[in-house]
Amino acid sequence: MDPLIIEESIKTPSITFNPNTGVLEIKGKSIPENSLEFYKPIFEWLEVYSKTPAANTEVHVRLDYFNTSSSKCLLDIFRRLEPANSGGASSVKVHWFYESDDEDMMEAGDDYQALVKLPFTLIKV
Amino acid sequence: MADLNIYELFRKMEEDDIILSFKGDITQDLLASVYQIMEARLESEKEEPKRKKKFYHILVECLQNVYHHMVDLKEEHGPDAMESTAIFMIGYGPENSYRIVTGNFISVEYVDGLKTKLERINKLSPEELREEYLQQLSTTELSEKGGAGLGLIDMARKSGQKLEYSFYPVSASHSFFSLGVTVH
Repeated sequence: MDPLIIEESIKTPSITFNPNTGVLEIKGKSIPENSLEFYKPIFEWLEVYSKTPAANTEVHVRLDYFNTSSSKCLLDIFRRLEPANSGGASSVKVHWFYESDDEDMMEAGDDYQALVKLPFTLIKV
Repeated sequence: MADLNIYELFRKMEEDDIILSFKGDITQDLLASVYQIMEARLESEKEEPKRKKKFYHILVECLQNVYHHMVDLKEEHGPDAMESTAIFMIGYGPENSYRIVTGNFISVEYVDGLKTKLERINKLSPEELREEYLQQLSTTELSEKGGAGLGLIDMARKSGQKLEYSFYPVSASHSFFSLGVTVH
């Protein structure tokens, strides 16, 4: 399976998903008006990946900010990885990075932690 | 355009501390430009990063809220109708705050529902706003156009302020809806 690499743009984050290492990184900002257009290929990639995932999967979220349209898609990304984790195909962990003075992003990590059945680590950078 | 005194308009905007104002069709390209202009502006003012992010975040939600409504109105009335245009203003408010005010048309049938929603949001405590946000986030689906139905809750939650709003009846079928958010 090929890695998924999408360059950062004004309204969308960079995506670097490596199926061999299991490191899936989302970085930058995510504020497209219609986030589904952007996230659809990501969901499709994840669907294939979850069938034969790496033994360990780490989702690295390094976002400066994201809009409410994207918040839904982020939740979907996590939810799509839950079965691989609960079924034992891959040990999935989420590393949620936030800047030390950014309470909003820390809170956002907390929000997802409350909704998603994956282990979260909130990491101050 | 009849006898418009552009200097009067300029002075009015200057007095009202308006940084940026736009009236017309709200497109994705326009919003991309507005984000870039405001980012550069905040950069040049040496605004502290934490506040800059908060402002930017709320700005995006306010403008996209209008954008999503405009998409609906354009479908309904065609791109050239007055109802298919909107207005927004970004400026300074009291005590070194930022103000974002948007205005757009809304079908009268939606007025009561929206009013009820806004009244409810304004009564919620920060903890209740979080619960409401999580509830909506985990249960609702994105609309076809990518609206999450979370914008107003998010604006109230992130700004920590009450949302200011009004409805002006303009015709039998439409009201003009204005929404103001202050970012401290």
